[in-house]
Amino acid sequence: MQQPNKLSPFFENLNFEREDNTMVINFGPQHPSAHGQLRLVLELDGEQVVNAYPDIGYLHRGVEKMAENMTYNEFLPTTDRLDYIASTSNNYGYALAVEKLLGIEAPRRAQVIRTMLLEINRIISHLFFIATHALDIGAMSVFLYAFREREFAMDLMEDYCGARLTHSAVRIGGVPLDIPSDWMKNVRAFCDKLDEEIEITYEALLTENRIWKMRLEDVGIVPPEEALSWGCTGPMLRGSGIPYDIRKEEPYELYPELDFDIPVSDTNDSYGRYRIYIEEMKQSTRILRQLIPMYDDTEPQLMAHAPQYISAPKEEIMTQNYALMQHFVLVTQGMRPPKGEVYVATESPKGELGFYIKSEGEPYAYRLKIRAPSFYHTGYLQKMLLGGYIPDVVTMISTTNIVFGEVDR
Amino acid sequence: MRKYVPKGNVQKQSYYTDRYHVVPQVPRLAVEEDEFFAPQLKILKAKVEIKEASIQIGQMIVEVNAKDNFKAIETLKNECGYAMCSEISAVDYLAQDGEFEIFYQMLNLKSAKRMRLVCRIKENEAIESVEPLFNSANFAEREMFDLFGIYVNNHPFLKRIIMPDDWEGHPLLKTYPLIGDEFASWYEVDKIFGKDAREAIGPENRDPARIERYDTKRFSRVGREVPFDADISQGEPETKIEYSQTVLVNYNKSQKQLDKRK
Repeated sequence: MQQPNKLSPFFENLNFEREDNTMVINFGPQHPSAHGQLRLVLELDGEQVVNAYPDIGYLHRGVEKMAENMTYNEFLPTTDRLDYIASTSNNYGYALAVEKLLGIEAPRRAQVIRTMLLEINRIISHLFFIATHALDIGAMSVFLYAFREREFAMDLMEDYCGARLTHSAVRIGGVPLDIPSDWMKNVRAFCDKLDEEIEITYEALLTENRIWKMRLEDVGIVPPEEALSWGCTGPMLRGSGIPYDIRKEEPYELYPELDFDIPVSDTNDSYGRYRIYIEEMKQSTRILRQLIPMYDDTEPQLMAHAPQYISAPKEEIMTQNYALMQHFVLVTQGMRPPKGEVYVATESPKGELGFYIKSEGEPYAYRLKIRAPSFYHTGYLQKMLLGGYIPDVVTMISTTNIVFGEVDR
Repeated sequence: MRKYVPKGNVQKQSYYTDRYHVVPQVPRLAVEEDEFFAPQLKILKAKVEIKEASIQIGQMIVEVNAKDNFKAIETLKNECGYAMCSEISAVDYLAQDGEFEIFYQMLNLKSAKRMRLVCRIKENEAIESVEPLFNSANFAEREMFDLFGIYVNNHPFLKRIIMPDDWEGHPLLKTYPLIGDEFASWYEVDKIFGKDAREAIGPENRDPARIERYDTKRFSRVGREVPFDADISQGEPETKIEYSQTVLVNYNKSQKQLDKRK
């Protein structure tokens, strides 16, 4: 604890080292551009960062511990609170891991809906990234425009599942609901609107903007070997010239049937990653457009048929005694998956979101580990920030696109 | 006498298990039959002793001795093309075997294949850090140390990462209590005000719907309003306040049609 007096006054955030003339500055955890509860301790030589120490844990809620004390279906809404910008991608990652463990597959219609929800969530998350990234750098108006389109995307989610932020829109074995009427029409209208806005607003405001380029180019350099070593995934990896997207390489859901490109940048800097985010949004609308006609030739079944693990549809529960009994057991005791372990990685908007589940055959997971992309990106900050300048620290934090719900878990 | 409750695993247990329930096992395939993983296992076998190897749900799982972990990861990185270490963590088997199971989740980007290297250590043993090979182990091993208390040798900065530095216990252990943890429940009070302040401050209210009957600072009863912070432990007088009709009208009994538009 500091003992302030007149000779050594107490500056809340600053500390001067006498020996080597560096300054230690405390950044966060309540800094507006820390993207949540990130505390950074920076050692500065003049304005240059010579040492960085990210301190996390301010949003720790013990999600992995909760998972060990909840049945598999109970835990699903908790996954919303990991990456709360794109909840459905967490729901989906978890549901897919449990489905792999159970050995079941969602019916075709559920797959179409899930893939659409995942892409809408990717757009929501990427719009949020563009907005906050621009806001951190000082382009206020982009934030307002991007949040306008994000509201439309969230309206789509609200139409589908009733929630705007914590969706829980995926269930283990399928989806809970069919799409509402006119939803496809709205999705198509949204895609048109977004494509237009990307071109006439975001790209027009930012891509060739001199200030934007000066702030982003050659800032936050991630060499490919460092990206691999530090476990960077998603746009952080593809921004370093490594074309690895789990949707393409280890395809899940309907992605093998869809036609889309993986944008890659070999500039290794923040500007390249910004371009990747913009391009991925365009690819997401392209995927959504392909999915709309796929919905029409599917059977109406929404949940997989696996009576041992998954409750029957509501009509059957209300009319058939055996379905009701199964439902009662599944709700009160929970499903008992087979003994074994599974690690499933999905491409969330931030990177590789992996769920490791160790099951001992009990209704509670013996161990559930969430491999969150932002956790490793935060770890990489201690290397990435070195040699950068104080004004670029904000850019570099922002370009990693970290969300503290999944860093601290 | 009180009924004996095992202390090794205090996590939530299933309240009922059918005695005829046989737990199925996820299919385990032999590694030798897989054309991608078989040569890699051969390379690994030449370097370290393999205790067990199988393929579960599309991924190879190889168990090695804990002292060989660095060598095995090094072989996987340099000779088998696993360029990324996605995840490192542990599973607590102290109650069953007195051991931790530590896993390293590896990714081969060229062929898009994943494998998991597993090793087991006893309770008070330490494991060698793989941070020199993969920097991602920096945070992952710190988290493992924090949540399980597993010491990692030669880690550059082994310090608690998620829990506070002065926290007692490691939350992901199966022995970590879910309720009634004395240290955890008084942590903030002890740290900020000191242990003596426990009585004055009182335990934390974890029930958001809790209403304190005699607390007139935060609660009041309709029709029984009293001055702020008045003592009502001896009962409170009925207050004569003219309420608007809408507050106290009993819609079940009232014949009045409030909304004239109907």
